[in-house]
Amino acid sequence: MNKVITLVLCLLALPGWAVVEYHPFEDPNKEQAYQTLISELRCLVCQNQTIADSNADLAKDLRQQVYDMLQQGKSQQDVVDFMTRRYGDFVMYRPALTMKTGLLWLGPIAFLLIGIVTVVLLTRHKKAAAQTALNSQQQTRLNELLQQGEED
Amino acid sequence: MLKLKFLLPLLLFVMLAVFLAVGLRLNPKDIPSPLIDKPAPAFSLPILATPEKTLSQQDLKGRVWLLNVWASWCVSCRQEHPLLLELAKLKRATIVGLNYKDQAQAAGQWLQQLGNPYDTSIMDADGRVGIDYGVYGVPETFVVDKRGVIRYKHTGPVEPGDIERIFLPLLQTLNQEPA
Repeated sequence: MNKVITLVLCLLALPGWAVVEYHPFEDPNKEQAYQTLISELRCLVCQNQTIADSNADLAKDLRQQVYDMLQQGKSQQDVVDFMTRRYGDFVMYRPALTMKTGLLWLGPIAFLLIGIVTVVLLTRHKKAAAQTALNSQQQTRLNELLQQGEED
Repeated sequence: MLKLKFLLPLLLFVMLAVFLAVGLRLNPKDIPSPLIDKPAPAFSLPILATPEKTLSQQDLKGRVWLLNVWASWCVSCRQEHPLLLELAKLKRATIVGLNYKDQAQAAGQWLQQLGNPYDTSIMDADGRVGIDYGVYGVPETFVVDKRGVIRYKHTGPVEPGDIERIFLPLLQTLNQEPA
């Protein structure tokens, strides 16, 4: 049993080895900026990973680039501009809202609105239909009246 | 009115199917480059054959040139190589090779074995110029006009037919433009 637990713990620790290189920071703000940036920049080789997650060579180079720029005193926005000028909006997991990315940002809201409007219209329609329908009492009364009319 | 109500789901399904079918055919690796119609990023890199000399994008002003990003470790580069040799024979443009994150010796051997389509190859050993050109998958090919502006980017290997379909018509237009 102990062996199994050891094995499981070892396997759980595997991602710990995946950390590739160490970038020392003296300024905690810069370190924070670095962490934010690398978890928001997309690795273009393996498109569903950030450059923080990816082991690709390019991701390593881009992490180095981010680190160098921050150490040179560049701001977070400078790094974002640098990357989008070269790789396009696709490099950002959350691209800036522009004419080009508008559909991406507003599309889901538009679909949500279409959904809400559809639901509202449908329920109104149903309610109206329900209100015009006669209940069983009214229906019997109607039948009675009709019968009376025929007899007269 | 009633008919439309029943047809609507079918119409929506057809629309969705068309979108998905188109989406399936798109190449997810083909990301539009923001560098199109922008000046080619500056570089000054050692020449593979004569490392003591450098080549910069300024040296190519007034010429239509191709920047082909390649490496000896790149498998798809091998695939497009014969096509580049063919293109080089036609002499429609200066072909510059950007030897990306490679070793000079391995790169030299590669050219010796497979033939050299490049007028010049320059060495981007640390990939820094590659970042400036937004390179994310080797091979990539940029077409630059006489004023030094990037006019086209081809991501991935040049496939059979691409030269006749894309490169030759483009190079002909660019060669006719004034410097």
